[in-house]
Amino acid sequence: MVTINIDGKSVEVVEDTTILKAAEKAGVWIPTMCHSEYCEPYGVCRLCSVEVVRGKRSRIVTSCNFPVRGGMTVHTNSEKIRWLRKTIMELMVSRWPNVKVVRDMAERLGAGKPRFVSLERDEAENACILCGTCVNMCNDVVKAGVLGFAHTGIQRKVVLPFDERSDQCIVCGACAHVCPTGHIRMILEDYRGKKAEFTLGPKTPIYVPTLQAVPRVPVIDTASCIHFQTGGCETCANVCEPNAINFKMEDEFVDIEVGQVLVTTGFDLFDAGKMAQYGYGRLDNVYSSLEFESILNSTGPTGGKVVLKNGKEPRAVGIIHCIGSRDVNHHPYCSRVCCMYALKFAHLVRDRTDAAIYQFYIDMRAFGKGYEEFYNRLLDEGITMIRGKAAEVVEGAWSGNGEPSLKIRCEDTLIGKFREIPVDMVVLCNAMEAREDSDVVKRLFSVSKSPDGFFLERHPKLDPTSTSTDGVFIAGCAQGPKDIPDTVAQASSAAARILSLISKGEVEIEPIRAMVQEEYCSGCKICNGLCPYGAIEFVTEKNVSHVNEALCKGCGTCVAACPSSAMTGHGFSDAQILAELNGLLV
Amino acid sequence: MAFEPKIVGFLCNWCSYTGADLAGVSRIKSAPNVRIIRTMCSGRVDPTFILKAFQLGADGVIVMGCHLGDCHYQDGNFKTIRRIPFLKRLIQGFGIDSRRLRLEWVSASEGDRFAKVVNEMTEEIRGLGPLQLYVHKVALNAGQHEMAE
Repeated sequence: MVTINIDGKSVEVVEDTTILKAAEKAGVWIPTMCHSEYCEPYGVCRLCSVEVVRGKRSRIVTSCNFPVRGGMTVHTNSEKIRWLRKTIMELMVSRWPNVKVVRDMAERLGAGKPRFVSLERDEAENACILCGTCVNMCNDVVKAGVLGFAHTGIQRKVVLPFDERSDQCIVCGACAHVCPTGHIRMILEDYRGKKAEFTLGPKTPIYVPTLQAVPRVPVIDTASCIHFQTGGCETCANVCEPNAINFKMEDEFVDIEVGQVLVTTGFDLFDAGKMAQYGYGRLDNVYSSLEFESILNSTGPTGGKVVLKNGKEPRAVGIIHCIGSRDVNHHPYCSRVCCMYALKFAHLVRDRTDAAIYQFYIDMRAFGKGYEEFYNRLLDEGITMIRGKAAEVVEGAWSGNGEPSLKIRCEDTLIGKFREIPVDMVVLCNAMEAREDSDVVKRLFSVSKSPDGFFLERHPKLDPTSTSTDGVFIAGCAQGPKDIPDTVAQASSAAARILSLISKGEVEIEPIRAMVQEEYCSGCKICNGLCPYGAIEFVTEKNVSHVNEALCKGCGTCVAACPSSAMTGHGFSDAQILAELNGLLV
Repeated sequence: MAFEPKIVGFLCNWCSYTGADLAGVSRIKSAPNVRIIRTMCSGRVDPTFILKAFQLGADGVIVMGCHLGDCHYQDGNFKTIRRIPFLKRLIQGFGIDSRRLRLEWVSASEGDRFAKVVNEMTEEIRGLGPLQLYVHKVALNAGQHEMAE
């Protein structure tokens, strides 16, 4: 530890700390332009220059990278320094007169109208001020090495290799994040195919999964995390005080033996981008249902306020039902929950704003306890119900006001007219659909899917939680769209079925089994390899095959293959099937 | 009177039989000519059943099972896809048109596909006409004699 003196204040710091950090500790402000908390000090803007006195000598150094030495005296506000700062700012203002950080700093440091005229004067508000932070981030922190400086002197600028789009760029956004003038921006090029993000707003690779996650601990998405792509960054680990971040963590694969499986893999939300006429992903202020839920949530991106992208309150909100459901082009089924949550949205928007609210519906499905009463209550709240599926959402300007907004074109079938409703915000009621990977799950557990894509129950009325495979149960939206009370009921029912089987201690199995008639078996072993369950073993002493009745599931493949007709199946023996044939044809 | 084909269908219990059931429950109209025998798996279908069916007077036989990869018993339908195409070529040697034997994959949710396949096959067999096998006449005559006795 060494002690130095900054502007008359004494401060003790670890040896080799920079003067800038020491000044921070002492509470002395030193202006910087090219300094960033993420990277090593760069020292190019010279704005942080201070006067260092040691003994009789005084020098001007850049405080951001000059290490302290014991007994040092630093003047950050001497006349020389103040003149130096003003000159630097005049130089910067003469070149970038409209950049906000430059102007603000110039004003703060008392720099007046510049005495200089720059040959490279750039009037843009987001001009690059050559601070080099983006380059340092990309090369030293992210370690992608895409950005760099080219040319010298007045021609110096930040470039990509050969001025072309770089394949090395991992699109981490670090450069855009640190750029002080907004010169570098992240642009979403093509919406199509992008999975809808339900937490609006920027999301970093390290994030808390949902608004009400339990446990409320962040996770790292290794696909977008810089460290997993280039080996660099680790900024999160560096700032984590309890050192809770471990990049070496690996997936653990655990084998667990179970007797029964309950599949509750849920649903995916229909991607409204597939219906281009509603403008989702193309127009501002058009939201999917789950996006709007996150807006309404008090821990969401707007803190629960219903506001447009520009922060203002909407004057009118349109809620469009049946997006992707009850539609021959997408899903013919009804998604069950949308009418009720659309009414809920209307109620909350009415509660929080003065906006006019319009609902565009085909039928109002208020099927549950208290649902119809809630619908009637909403009618009293003055929500406008338009019976007619909205045809399209277009851009429109409200007359008189001139501010850009949206327009919903629809047919109002109850009055028999076409209407155009001006709104500021559109909320879509996306259909629930089967998960993208439901085919993988289906094969894993040998369950079937019904025509709507959800998992098939054993019987739609009498057995909605079992599947045709013994021991595999389904519950919740994996079986079909449903709301929370129904999901809870179904899940409890499935759990009860499972528990009753566990508590029984033994399982009843179907009597359909294959069996070897040993006198006919020639020991050819053709059947042994055919069984998918490995239920047939060869008994060498007797030179015959034998079926393990506990493993045999009764498919009969071995029965069909047996050349000696030694293998028969209880319930589906050759004689039985031939008798059926006789009955059918003769 | 128009020729009404007699078609025997071997349907696997888990996929195609359930699919046929769905077609019925959904009231989809399909030709009544397919007479269904249910087996647990399409892999149970012994080629001798099919030959016996033709012998007993079936004009066509259709075997239906789960889609490949979806078999309730993992790979039973792979055995079927080994046997039936081979049999199709074999029956030509017996004088039976190979179009009279058909293999289709119908899943539990494909009620309309079941109806479509049944209708298509019925029309095809109707076009081919009744199956005339020498063996038929012998067997039928023998059967009539037995019944008379």
